[in-house]
Amino acid sequence: MALISCDNLSLAYESKTIVSELTFSVNKGDYLCIVGENGSGKSTLMRTLLGLKSPASGTLTFGDGLLKNEIGYLPQQTDVQRDFPASVKEVVISGCLARTGLRPFYGKAEKKLAQDAMEEMGITDLAKRSYRELSGGQQQRVLLARALCATRKLLILDEPVAGLDPKVTQDMYGVIDRLNKESGITIIMVSHDILQAVNYASHILHLSSKPLFFGKTEDYLKSGAGRMFTGIDFHEKGEGGK
Amino acid sequence: MNLIESLKYYLTFDFVRYAVIVGILVSLCAALLGVSLVLKRYSMIGDGLSHVAFGAMTVAAVLKTTEIYITLPVTIVAAVLLLRLGKNAKIKGDAAIAMISVGALALGYLIMNLFSTNANISGDVCTTLFGSTSILTLTKSDVYLCAGLAAVVILVYILFYNKLFAVTFDESFAAATGTKASVYNLLLAVVTAVVIVLAMDLVGALLISALIVFPALSSMRLFKSFRSVIISSAIMAVICSVTGILASVVFDTPVGSTIVVADIVVFALSCLAGVINGGIRKNA
Repeated sequence: MALISCDNLSLAYESKTIVSELTFSVNKGDYLCIVGENGSGKSTLMRTLLGLKSPASGTLTFGDGLLKNEIGYLPQQTDVQRDFPASVKEVVISGCLARTGLRPFYGKAEKKLAQDAMEEMGITDLAKRSYRELSGGQQQRVLLARALCATRKLLILDEPVAGLDPKVTQDMYGVIDRLNKESGITIIMVSHDILQAVNYASHILHLSSKPLFFGKTEDYLKSGAGRMFTGIDFHEKGEGGK
Repeated sequence: MNLIESLKYYLTFDFVRYAVIVGILVSLCAALLGVSLVLKRYSMIGDGLSHVAFGAMTVAAVLKTTEIYITLPVTIVAAVLLLRLGKNAKIKGDAAIAMISVGALALGYLIMNLFSTNANISGDVCTTLFGSTSILTLTKSDVYLCAGLAAVVILVYILFYNKLFAVTFDESFAAATGTKASVYNLLLAVVTAVVIVLAMDLVGALLISALIVFPALSSMRLFKSFRSVIISSAIMAVICSVTGILASVVFDTPVGSTIVVADIVVFALSCLAGVINGGIRKNA
């Protein structure tokens, strides 16, 4: 049974259909990368998977014991966060919120969980620092630690390397890869960066009003869409280098 | 010495003590909420709601009922509406607030003019907008009502502190991981409405926003974690209100604007301290 299966899903934004005939599934341990141009419905699909939006038609089912609120999420940075006074510890432990239910405060178990997540992301020494003073890469690690507090089953990452410099970008891909391979966390990543996506992901979903491709990464590279898009990217890179 | 003597003398009066108690409670509540409102970019909602409360108050005056029975429900409904409109793409959040706030202000003034039994309308309007002396005419039951509502606000804030933090910092994440973000937004709006109605007597409709934004902004200059910002704005708010009320009694100035001036002074000092502190850190 797949963690997530979508069957003939259509997504609309303000009653305008942007993606239709979307059928794919995500299994435990997969590393799915959702690629496509701006406006191809990547974000809408992601918001639908997160339960923040309902699909226009078709079905979306969670299986394999995955509950709706067991999806961790790494959102893009918002304006609000840039000057938000909060310590790293406060941000990370807020990922445990769903576990507290009706209890008003965090208990020992949640504090331990937050501590472990910070250790896993290598940010224990930042615990008392203010979130707004950190570098972009450090902030992403904090938000990843927070997502790990919420779940260890499935993470959805929205452009996790946007705005990071090349070295930090590589670090970030490394961290995500480790979470997938070593900790066995299923990853769904939305990305612009097709070349990096094919490097790390096990599966690719290429969106463009209709899904152009869904399947294993090696098959994507051989497919028409894959050859065209990765090829164009290579070409552009070559041009830029001159 | 003279100043302390006269303060002692004034504090023997019940009405001064009532004013100080209500001042402490209201400014404490406003400061707690203020941090969330400022961070969520909702500061203008507080401003808009205070104008709605002014409009509702004039209606209450015409109907000759106890003000709070009209102002509280009307302001709560407006708060809920503003939050809903904020999400509606057709009228953007800030335009919706401008619309509701100026509309309520105009209606309120019109109603006062048409139905007022008092000959001194501009005096009435000035009192409602800038608070002036109503805080010094509080009765014992006013104080009990205010204390009760303030206690509820503070209790709600403490019980939902972690949830409010999560929803303020990152609404999408909270919603995606199973926190009912919209419920807490609603809670925030309702509690804000309650605080605004309470604060009307203290500083008047126009100056309420000051109680909400100043302590939060001052604390954000100085502190870096959410908890320390909350605690510091509560303390700053109480100090400013008490200072403002006592100063206004001693120097015979309007209560509301004196409190706001105290808030402004503290904000200026915090900015200065923040700059100096930042400079030291950069050099170190």
